[in-house]
Amino acid sequence: MNDSRPELAMLANGQAVHRAAIPVLSFEAFKQAILDGVAARQRVSALFGAASPLPGATRLYVVLADDEQNLLFAGATDVEGDAFPSLTPRCPQVHLFEREIAEQFGLRPVGHPWFKPVRYCRSWTGRDAWGRPPEQPILPAVGDFYRVEGDQVHEVAVGPVHAGVIEPGHFRFQCHGEQVFHLEIALGFQHRGVEEALVGGPTPRTIHYAETLSGDSTVAHATSYCQVVEALASCQETARAQTLRGVALELERLANHVGDLGALAGDVGFLPTASYCGRIRGDFLNMTALLCGSRFGRGLIRPGGVGFDMDAERIAELGRRLDAGEKDTTVAVNLLWNTQSVMARFEDAGPLPLHVAAELGTVGPVARASGIERDVRRDQPSGIYCFSHIPVSTCETGDVAARAYLRWLEIQHSIGFIRDQLRALPTGAVRVPVRALAPDSLVITLNEGWRGEVCHVALTDAQGRFSRYKVVDPSFHNWPGLAYALRNQEISDFPICNKSFNLSYCGHDL
Amino acid sequence: MINILLHIAVLLLLPPLLLGVITKTKAWFGGRVGAPLLQPYYDLVKLMRRGLVLSTTTTWVFRAGPVVTLATVLLAGLLIPIGGFDAPIAFTGDLILFAYLFGLARFFTTSAALDTGSAFEGMGSAREVTFACLSEPALFFALMVLAKVSGSLTLTAMLHGPANTFSADVAAPLVLISIGLFIVLLAETCRLPVDDPTTHLELTMIHEAMVLDHGGPLLSVILYAASIKLLVLGTVLLHVIAPFEFGKAWLDWPLYLVEILGLAGIIGVLESVMARLQMRHVPYLLIGALLFCGFGFILLIR
Repeated sequence: MNDSRPELAMLANGQAVHRAAIPVLSFEAFKQAILDGVAARQRVSALFGAASPLPGATRLYVVLADDEQNLLFAGATDVEGDAFPSLTPRCPQVHLFEREIAEQFGLRPVGHPWFKPVRYCRSWTGRDAWGRPPEQPILPAVGDFYRVEGDQVHEVAVGPVHAGVIEPGHFRFQCHGEQVFHLEIALGFQHRGVEEALVGGPTPRTIHYAETLSGDSTVAHATSYCQVVEALASCQETARAQTLRGVALELERLANHVGDLGALAGDVGFLPTASYCGRIRGDFLNMTALLCGSRFGRGLIRPGGVGFDMDAERIAELGRRLDAGEKDTTVAVNLLWNTQSVMARFEDAGPLPLHVAAELGTVGPVARASGIERDVRRDQPSGIYCFSHIPVSTCETGDVAARAYLRWLEIQHSIGFIRDQLRALPTGAVRVPVRALAPDSLVITLNEGWRGEVCHVALTDAQGRFSRYKVVDPSFHNWPGLAYALRNQEISDFPICNKSFNLSYCGHDL
Repeated sequence: MINILLHIAVLLLLPPLLLGVITKTKAWFGGRVGAPLLQPYYDLVKLMRRGLVLSTTTTWVFRAGPVVTLATVLLAGLLIPIGGFDAPIAFTGDLILFAYLFGLARFFTTSAALDTGSAFEGMGSAREVTFACLSEPALFFALMVLAKVSGSLTLTAMLHGPANTFSADVAAPLVLISIGLFIVLLAETCRLPVDDPTTHLELTMIHEAMVLDHGGPLLSVILYAASIKLLVLGTVLLHVIAPFEFGKAWLDWPLYLVEILGLAGIIGVLESVMARLQMRHVPYLLIGALLFCGFGFILLIR
């Protein structure tokens, strides 16, 4: 299949290439390459705009991930004018990407079926795809929503301010009695302009931006960013640093998965697991704090390696805490599977069928719970995951029960992985100096955060500074999956469906 | 006279403690220390001292809701005998008044909720009245069984009936209606598995959704009335499942306290060991309650 479309450049995760190596195609060829790739079971990891050397044009880049061949494909095209034909009708997974390009660069995807802003911010080019006058304020979630008309059809609006202490987002339900016909999610309340702030970097501040792209995925985003810098600077982090990064990433996964299972139990009113998992999540966060002093891993991942080393005493302590954490988690989580009233709530709630999950390009536990074998740690490995493999778990039903059970499977694998790494921690330095970044280059780094694929793409200018830095949080792929999963569900099941996805608002809003 | 005063004192002072016991039991199951037993009292006082924010879209109905609810549950509490003692107010057919006082409270709670025009409150009201359609007949069947067993149409005599006329013939119907009454108790007082009184998720709420816009003193009144309702329905249930009397006032009052607090403990245990039902499964549970009570009645009159 790949022989028939040699147009795209073939890359590996974390491989820096000269920008000239990325072919600039005609739009037709670009479009065909994406459609062919997706037809050949590849998926769109990123699709974004950047400045073009041609005056008045915008360059679009695409990153396709081929999980079966463990390869990445990248290509570009120049769009002149202020519009381009939309790919969404033939490739639904680019739906949000095209809206994002329209918002950031004022390029209208002609034929887009649901053409709305993503984050409700001004474009970077001064050109507005919706023709809004410059003096008109742009407010999140203001505008038309999909509407269902009819007898007994009613609309329920939830958010942006929620009852719990969570991030802001607006959910608009079209309901028939208790049944949800359609859910539309409007985000953008958390937009901070990180991608713009990253341009011109790296500066001493850049790593902190990376760490706070999505606070609960600090390690995943910081690792992706550091790999970008390391690839561009052609420096090789040490084996010890790679291992410690892997340990931190799995600890992050453990804390969040355990917290999610507790929160799911809490949402159905099942107290014991909710209480215990809330505490155990804290235990796992404290293990990360043992590594670096921060419960969320701030300051741990640094360009060139890690900021903190582990001594023998702390390794032993981490091993002890891990054993205790595993024991407690096993007891608390198994209560869920053994309580019929809990399973009655989880099973058949919010199903996301395999073909929909694939078509929407979902990633991470959401995709795996629907039966897609997709895990960056195996498919596009980097760092320690090249040497040490974690089995990929999948479930088939794609409902809340599957997403919950998958988390439990991953918890067990992650604990085993950390234990193995601690047993054979390589010796040596944990950090190497980082040189200047290569000019005029492009690099793509992927990591499997606990929510799924974290994708960073960096382009450097002639001085070796970032001219464009694209971040794709897994939530960006998965939010449409949540909207789909709610179809024909009861509105009272929305909280557990939402919790079973547990997507990031700020990771989406950037 | 002293017993009537004690009756009123128990009715006014004890209810929040039941909530405290339930919370404490749940905390114990969750491995936590939990809030103090008397926390519900502190909460009521705290809310009473707060200001009142009223939406401009609301009318007097919004304010009347909590007040009417409190008045009706207090009156209902005066119609039932507590422990081995007679009710302060009793007349033939007072069971009808008893049942419809709850209906009146529901009417005003749902009207006050609809008065705000909020989507959540409308949803909560719809759920409340839907489920009430099933729990109300169950309560009526249970009362009919008690009327038949005691041969009286006065709540005092009816509820003392199981204690006085306990024979093998009536055992089966009484067991059936006690199951039905327990489910009605859980549904009417918004406990698990029907409703989750501690949830913050508006979309899953039934009763809480209806009172989202009430705050301060009005919310305090609502919470207080809800706890009284728990005591009243719990007391009715206790007459059926634990019809024990010593015949001495100084023993019967402590016995009643132990029983009602024990019932709160049982509710706490139940809430700790199971998850909430899916909303569309709640009617099945209530139809179950209706069938238990209805079948009890059929057994008795066959």
